[in-house]
Amino acid sequence: MCRLDGMAKQTQFFDEMTGRGNGPRAPYEDYCAWFKNEDTARLLAKSEEAEALFRLIGVTFNVYGDPDATERLIPFDLVPRIMAAREWAKVAKGIEQRVRALNAFLHDIYHRQEIIRAGRLPAEMIARNDAFLPQMIGMTPPGDIYTHIVGTDLVRTGDDEFYVLEDNARTPSGVSYMLENRETMLHMFPELFSKVKVQPVSQYPRSLRRSLSACAPNACEGRPTLAVLTPGIHNSAYYEHAFIADQMSAELVEGHDLRVVDGRVAMRTTRGYKPIDVLYRRVDDDFLDPLTFNPDSMLGVPGIMDVYRAGGVTIANAPGTGIADDKAIYSYMPDIVEFYTGEKAILQNVPTHRCSDSEALKYVLDNLADLVVKEVHGSGGYGMLVGPAASKKEIAAFRAKLEANPGNYIAQPTLALSTVPILTEAGLAPRHVDLRPFVLVSPDRIEITPGGLTRVALTEGSLVVNSSQGGGTKDTWVLEE
Amino acid sequence: MLGKTAGGLFWMFRYLERAENTARMIDAGLRISLTRSSAAESEWTAILSSTGLKSAYEAAHGAPDGPKIIDFLLRDPGNPGSVMAGIETARTNARTVRTALTREVWEAVNECYMVLKKLLAQPIADRDLPRVLQVIRQRTAIVRGASHGSMVRNDIYNFCRIGTFFERADNTARILDQKYYILLPSVRLVGSASDNVQWDTILRATSTTRAYQTLHEGETDPRAIAQFLILDGRLPRSLAFCYGKIGENLGFIAQEYDTRHPCHALAETLCHKFKAHDMNAIFDYGLHEFISDFLADSARLGRQIEIDYRFTE
Repeated sequence: MCRLDGMAKQTQFFDEMTGRGNGPRAPYEDYCAWFKNEDTARLLAKSEEAEALFRLIGVTFNVYGDPDATERLIPFDLVPRIMAAREWAKVAKGIEQRVRALNAFLHDIYHRQEIIRAGRLPAEMIARNDAFLPQMIGMTPPGDIYTHIVGTDLVRTGDDEFYVLEDNARTPSGVSYMLENRETMLHMFPELFSKVKVQPVSQYPRSLRRSLSACAPNACEGRPTLAVLTPGIHNSAYYEHAFIADQMSAELVEGHDLRVVDGRVAMRTTRGYKPIDVLYRRVDDDFLDPLTFNPDSMLGVPGIMDVYRAGGVTIANAPGTGIADDKAIYSYMPDIVEFYTGEKAILQNVPTHRCSDSEALKYVLDNLADLVVKEVHGSGGYGMLVGPAASKKEIAAFRAKLEANPGNYIAQPTLALSTVPILTEAGLAPRHVDLRPFVLVSPDRIEITPGGLTRVALTEGSLVVNSSQGGGTKDTWVLEE
Repeated sequence: MLGKTAGGLFWMFRYLERAENTARMIDAGLRISLTRSSAAESEWTAILSSTGLKSAYEAAHGAPDGPKIIDFLLRDPGNPGSVMAGIETARTNARTVRTALTREVWEAVNECYMVLKKLLAQPIADRDLPRVLQVIRQRTAIVRGASHGSMVRNDIYNFCRIGTFFERADNTARILDQKYYILLPSVRLVGSASDNVQWDTILRATSTTRAYQTLHEGETDPRAIAQFLILDGRLPRSLAFCYGKIGENLGFIAQEYDTRHPCHALAETLCHKFKAHDMNAIFDYGLHEFISDFLADSARLGRQIEIDYRFTE
């Protein structure tokens, strides 16, 4: 028999299952009723079963620079993260507002730059930013959509408190885990899904296909041809690239499968070159076109930017969207949302100190032990300092890096991230989580799959949930009304 | 379908077939070294030659030695032609063409790889070898079964099949190429015909001993063995059978694409050779010459398929 006792002493953080330790919160009631009659040993055995299943399916990610473990599993915890329909509705509304603002911002920043003229954003935030692509100035992508796919990172700190941590408007990954986690849960606990009504996520690949097809370029004749561009089998997210291509019946292509033929981007098939209408690329801007960007890139397609500008292909997400999820621009998001939507931002931003500013820098240096400091262009949890968890030596080393190049960093207070229990040998134990819902943007609608990917720090007390840093994942449930 | 994908499927199934064939040859070598130790060295040499790994082996280990050869062919990390390396390459190809495979086929090949990776991590003790060889045969058979049972009969399936039969015919021809001289009508062999070790090697290395005996009611003679492995359309490892299939599968693709290429004419010429000639004609022409011609033609066909279906840029 499973018990919730282990969760009782927890009070410092908001736990999504037990609140401040007073027994199951409403969304977890049905689950906990089921859980109480389960046997920990049986569940742990199920956990191993899940791992074997992931290995067999090949849901792995590659770790760079580790030849012995080139394919690793992201640990999966089988206690779901559960949200009520009402909680989700507010989050979804906030994300939709934010994504609308991001697209309007991108259009503006590559056209008239009204937000700068209005004095709401300093011009140097754009001018001296590598993520801003001059090649995109004056260019409107098909359907005027820049961020076809967004993976907004959220954290929760209380019953009704959500913060956006990052907007991930370039090439968010993890959606395959959202889908495989659900499949695995359905496979392992079919009876549970008959007791608890959970909103489905399996429509995502179809929605993705529809959404990308709706952004086909003018050159497209008939049913759009879609392809997923991957850097190749050694990329850390290769499994996901193959999974997405497979699920939405698109070809999975690499740079050397493509070339420009008669003004179109075309793939080499067994029957000759075939034009592609929409290219969902999982390759960074810099590697997209050796003629326009990094000349050494073997991953892209020479001349694709010319085809793009002439309306011969849709690139998703659009080149240059990185300017919108830059961590320095992030600090202006509340203004950006208000400027383009005329409304207050529904979701909060984490207060952010831009270290390029000398007063902010002084504050950050004085309070390093309490802050989280991140590289402006960093991702994946690399190159960041979590002050409260760092040793004196680590802080000193980071201080030197920060002083040498302050403009490269931003700092944020350490948030009291919510916890959700994971299953351990000793029963349930609270661990910190974040949430990445996946958003699809097309000219006629914004679609957000209910739930998303919950990442969980498996080490007690840790706030770093990134899979590259030993984090795991959970299935995320949004209950039916 | 991408040209790269067609190539990936073709090679995935070639490597699977090759790994399986190498396991069969190890089985044959093992059997001979257990029952006829005096003949072991020359038979191991023939086996090494027909896998095309003789010089690589000699460079690494020198003179033929049963246990060393077994380890070399099975799992030596320094040998890119080992069974393990073949399975690993097949699985890497499967990952690249993942979107063209059914979940069943992918899982079968991935599990084949995972099981063998574990099983072949260390050198195999003699007493475990028969079981290990059996696991290899079973695991590759599961991949074959999954393909039969779950794949749509379209171009994807046909490229897989072409890879399988191409490699299998190549394998049978290479064994014949090593042993052709014992099948010549002029040869007078010492000892009783039904107990000849060299014939035994040929039949075991192609796993056709039982089939041969059933069809020939126990009568072993060299001419019949040659006829069986080259021309018998009932035997799934004979050259005639494999080329019949290759011709058929290429034909299906031509039909599906409504386009013929030079590889089709080439395959038809090759298939025709097996229909037009009987064993007398082949012996008159010269068995060795016939097999050498076949290996050269087959290599040419492989290159032509690669060009016609744009496997590479």
